[in-house]
Amino acid sequence: MLLDFEQPIAALEGKLREMQKLAQDSQVDVSEAVEALETKIKALKKETYANLTRWQRVQLSRHPDRPYTLDYIEGMTQKFVELHGDRTVADDKAMVGGFAELDGRTVMFIGQQKGRNTKQRQLRNFGMPNPEGYRKALRLMKLAEKFGKPIVTLIDTPGAFPGLEAEERGQGEAIARNLREMFMLKVPVICIIIGEGASGGALGIAIGDRVLMLENTWYSVISPESCSSILWRSWNYKEQAAEALKLTATDMLKAGLVDGIVKEPLGGAHTDPQKMILALKKTLTKTLDELEALPADERISQRIDKFGKMGVVVE
Amino acid sequence: MQSMAWFKRQEKGIITPTEQKKETPDGLWYKCPECGTVADMGEHRRLLYTCGKCNYHDRIDSAEYFEVLFDDNRFTELDTNLSSADPLHFVDTKAYPQRIAATQRQTGLKDAVRTAHGLMNGQDLVVACMDFRFIGGSMGSVVGEKIARAIDYARQHRIPFLMISKSGGARMMEAGYSLMQMAKTSAKLALLSEAGVPYISLLTDPTTGGVTASYAMLGDFNISEPGALIGFAGPRVIKETIGKDLPKGFQSAEFVLEHGFLDFIVDRKQLKQQLTDLLHMLRPAVVEAPAVPR
Repeated sequence: MLLDFEQPIAALEGKLREMQKLAQDSQVDVSEAVEALETKIKALKKETYANLTRWQRVQLSRHPDRPYTLDYIEGMTQKFVELHGDRTVADDKAMVGGFAELDGRTVMFIGQQKGRNTKQRQLRNFGMPNPEGYRKALRLMKLAEKFGKPIVTLIDTPGAFPGLEAEERGQGEAIARNLREMFMLKVPVICIIIGEGASGGALGIAIGDRVLMLENTWYSVISPESCSSILWRSWNYKEQAAEALKLTATDMLKAGLVDGIVKEPLGGAHTDPQKMILALKKTLTKTLDELEALPADERISQRIDKFGKMGVVVE
Repeated sequence: MQSMAWFKRQEKGIITPTEQKKETPDGLWYKCPECGTVADMGEHRRLLYTCGKCNYHDRIDSAEYFEVLFDDNRFTELDTNLSSADPLHFVDTKAYPQRIAATQRQTGLKDAVRTAHGLMNGQDLVVACMDFRFIGGSMGSVVGEKIARAIDYARQHRIPFLMISKSGGARMMEAGYSLMQMAKTSAKLALLSEAGVPYISLLTDPTTGGVTASYAMLGDFNISEPGALIGFAGPRVIKETIGKDLPKGFQSAEFVLEHGFLDFIVDRKQLKQQLTDLLHMLRPAVVEAPAVPR
């Protein structure tokens, strides 16, 4: 799948491959031309990705070849024991989690899971958890706390599921409870937006000592599409809505609403998933070291103070 | 014959323009939107804005709730000077500061919540009450900050906290900041809970979105009024998702009670007494020092 702004780059890359093939077949020395083209591609990539509009970042965040939660867990850790169920009604396949070994350290990983093909997407409910997903997440967090293991949450959701049964089983209550309980967790909590961070459905697992965003992700109170539909009363203003919401990693860091940005490979996480996974692993290990150096009560009070200061008012 | 001339219609048809029509002045009569019963405003007020026939609970603002709850309508309002900034320079069909200014003029309110400390049947109570008239009771930085401060105030003075929610959810014009108000208020409630200070959450018509998914559902006691709409996703969104009409009474307070997310539904006319009784039962037991024989 090619996004429109990826097309000029892909065209040059195609030309490069042709040239390399030609050189191979005809023994003509084109190394200078190849080098020039490679430089040109790199420059174009840099320029393109430095100047993406907010809506283009949203498109990147949804790219189906981006690593998803289970890809990160598999790629970063040596052992992973997946745990299921909220112990009340069901196992929500849109929310996954379990203990994993990250270079000798046991970590509880929790995150929304999307699917890559139609069947998987349905199974994962497009990464939209039901209340039992949030309750499963909380159960696993409490388990991690009990055994003194740090928690890493990976956020990638277009929102909590707006369905009939979700309402019957208390979607609002499930998310609300997670917010309150996560503030009091005695173990370190790191939250990473790895794709889409849509509203309460994202926040429901995103209260942490550090909240980080990958470079090409978004995090806001509503998706650009829904914002367009409500404020402009039309689906056609999603680009404007994305601009107005200031929902990119850079915007959110500037506003002081997240703590850092994890760089993606040039061209986006989907162009080199392995590199992305390793980059995130490095950041995670470093951040875990920092947080584990603090006493639990200090972490909790810093966590509460940080969120307590968010917001801008005139007084 | 001229004697009946004054009685005779000179021009045909009704020629009074709509805006000059003489109707009953606003505020004298109340017509119930549910059953159509007409009552005079004094009677409506005496019934605390509920219908005398079908008991429909009319939507009311913070001013009325304060009057319903606080003894002699006396209270000290907290943090009255906070108003919205425009950190994102948000423009949709209108610039956000203009929207705020227009709404302030129209409603006489600073933003969508007012907080106050007063006495309810002689007991101290801190109340935060939302105003739906202010941009749909939407929660932005001011709403989050005022509620956070009211909770801190309640915790520091060890006074029970009552939150009256009435909101469409988070305020889009403050985007990420609005979202984080859910986190901020929940953090403060975690501290309040730890301090053992009672928190009652009264969810009124309507309470949806990010408000439901944060402080409104976090009460030690979650209560509501008859017929109130309570939900996370709005009915329209759910209808679109499932592609079917919603069952009757879906997301009503009675439905939410039935599914286990409310402690009880209270008639507004009994609200003050019921809250008083409940809080009275929670007062710490007074342990008398045993008489020491000498």
